[in-house]
Amino acid sequence: MADKKKKNLPPKAQSYQAFQKQRESKRPILMNCLKAFFVGGFICFIGQCITTLYIHFFDFTEQTAGNPTVATLIFITMLLTGFGFYDRIGQFAGAGSAVPVTGFGNAVISAAIEHRTEGFVLGVGGNMFKLAGSVILFGVFSAFVIALIKTILIQWGGL
Amino acid sequence: MLQGQTWIFKNRPRLISTGTVGGPFEAKGNIPEAFDILHDDIWMKQTSFEKAQQTMLEEACQYAIKNSNLSKEQIDFFIGGDLINQMTPTTFTADTIGIPYFGIFSACASSMEGLALAAHMINSDGATHILTGTASHNAATERQFRYPTEYGGQKPPTSQWTVTGAGCGLVAKTGAGPHITSATIGKVVDMGMTDPFHMGGAMAPAAVDTIIAHLRDLQLDVGHYDLIITGDLGHDGRKIALDLLLEKGIAIQAEQFVDCGAVVYRDDQPVLSGGSGTACSAIGIYGHYVQMLKDGTVDRILAVATGALHSPMSVQQKGSIPCIAHAVSLEAGSDAT
Repeated sequence: MADKKKKNLPPKAQSYQAFQKQRESKRPILMNCLKAFFVGGFICFIGQCITTLYIHFFDFTEQTAGNPTVATLIFITMLLTGFGFYDRIGQFAGAGSAVPVTGFGNAVISAAIEHRTEGFVLGVGGNMFKLAGSVILFGVFSAFVIALIKTILIQWGGL
Repeated sequence: MLQGQTWIFKNRPRLISTGTVGGPFEAKGNIPEAFDILHDDIWMKQTSFEKAQQTMLEEACQYAIKNSNLSKEQIDFFIGGDLINQMTPTTFTADTIGIPYFGIFSACASSMEGLALAAHMINSDGATHILTGTASHNAATERQFRYPTEYGGQKPPTSQWTVTGAGCGLVAKTGAGPHITSATIGKVVDMGMTDPFHMGGAMAPAAVDTIIAHLRDLQLDVGHYDLIITGDLGHDGRKIALDLLLEKGIAIQAEQFVDCGAVVYRDDQPVLSGGSGTACSAIGIYGHYVQMLKDGTVDRILAVATGALHSPMSVQQKGSIPCIAHAVSLEAGSDAT
C-alpha cells in the first residue's frame, strides 16, 4: 500500500522522502511495545484486583463481577482524565493505556471536557462520542458478526 | 523592486516596535526574556481557549503600539492571521483595536508574510505605519488541527508542541529600530509527506527552497547573514533542512542556522521535536532575535517562517501536506533617521 502510493509521487519527492527518512527521529518501537505491554498488563491487574474484591466482599460471582469492575475502572479514569494525568500515561504507554476499557473511558471524557466551551447540547452532547463512536459502532458490529458465525456453526455445523 | 521572487526595499522600512505575549509553559521555557507579557494561566481569564488566544493578540498589539509612542489612529493597517477556523481570534482582535485590517493565511508562515506585506506597502508609500502580528494557543490549535494529547494518544518523537503566545511588530517609514531590507515570497512546496506528526520533515524543503531563492535573487553568499532563522521546523526539521542546504551546495554553518521551534523550549520540557504554531516564529523573531539585532549581537538576519498548509480534512482524505516559507531580511539600524 505504502509502496503503491509512493510510486505515484514525482521522483523529486521520492528522493526527498528517502533523504529525510534517514534523518528523522525514529519511533522507539521495541521500547513502546514493552511499555504498552507492562502498563496495559498493570491496568488489567488492577481490574483483576477489583473483580476479586467484588467477589470476596460483595455478593458477586465471577460472571457478574465484570460490570461493576468496568464501571469502577471508568470512574477512576474519569478522575485521572479530569485532573490531567491520563494524557501523560497515554504518552508514556501508548496502546497500553488506549486499548483497555480505561482508554475508551478517557476518549469519551476528554472529548466531553474539550467541547464544554461550545455548550452542553451541541458541544458536550454532540462531540462526546466523536472518538468513542467508532469504537461503539465497530464493537457492536463485530459482536454481531461473531454471534452470526456462532449461530451458524451451532445450527448447521452441529457443534 | 522585484527581483525574481524577492522584494528589495529601497526605502528601508523599520521595525520600530514589537510586542510579545506568552503562556505559562513558555514562561518556563528557554527564552522567557523574549516575552513582554507572560500569563500564568492558559485560560487567561477567558471562557474558551480561542478567546484566550484573542486576548494574547490584543495584548501584543496594544503593547507594540504603546511601546512606539504612537496613537492607534496613526496606524494605517493591521495585517494578521492565525490557525483557528476562519481566523476568528484575529478578526475579533482587529475589531477591538479598530485599525483597518487585512486577514492573511499561510499557517505558521503568516508572521513573515505579514511582515513582508507590511514592509512592501510602506516601501511603496501605501502606508506609513502598519501593525502586523499573529497568535496561537496550544489548546486551541491542538483541538483545531491535531489529536489533542488529552485523548490519550501517543505522539511520535517527530511531533511538535504548539506555542501559546502572540507576537506583533510595528513597521514604519521612519523611526528607530532594525531595517527591513528585502523579502522573499515562497512557493508552495509539496514533497508528498502525509504525516501530520512530522511537520518539520514536511516543511524543511519549503524553507530550503525559499532560502535558496533568496540567495539567488539577491546574488548573496550565505555568509552575508549572521543568522538564518527558520520558524518552526523543530529539532528534526532543522537537521533535515540543514543537510538539504549543504547537499544543494549552500555552505551554511550549523551555528548560523537556528530554528525558533528548537530554541523556545528547554530540552527537559515534554515538547518532543520542539515548538510550532504561528506564534512560534512570531515570538522567536519579534521577541528574541530582533532583540539580538537591537543590542548588536548580530547585524543581519534572515527570518524564514515556515507553514504547513494542510487542513485536518485534507489529511483525513489522504492528502499530502503542502508547505510554504516566506523570508524577510532584517538589518540592525542606527537609532534614528
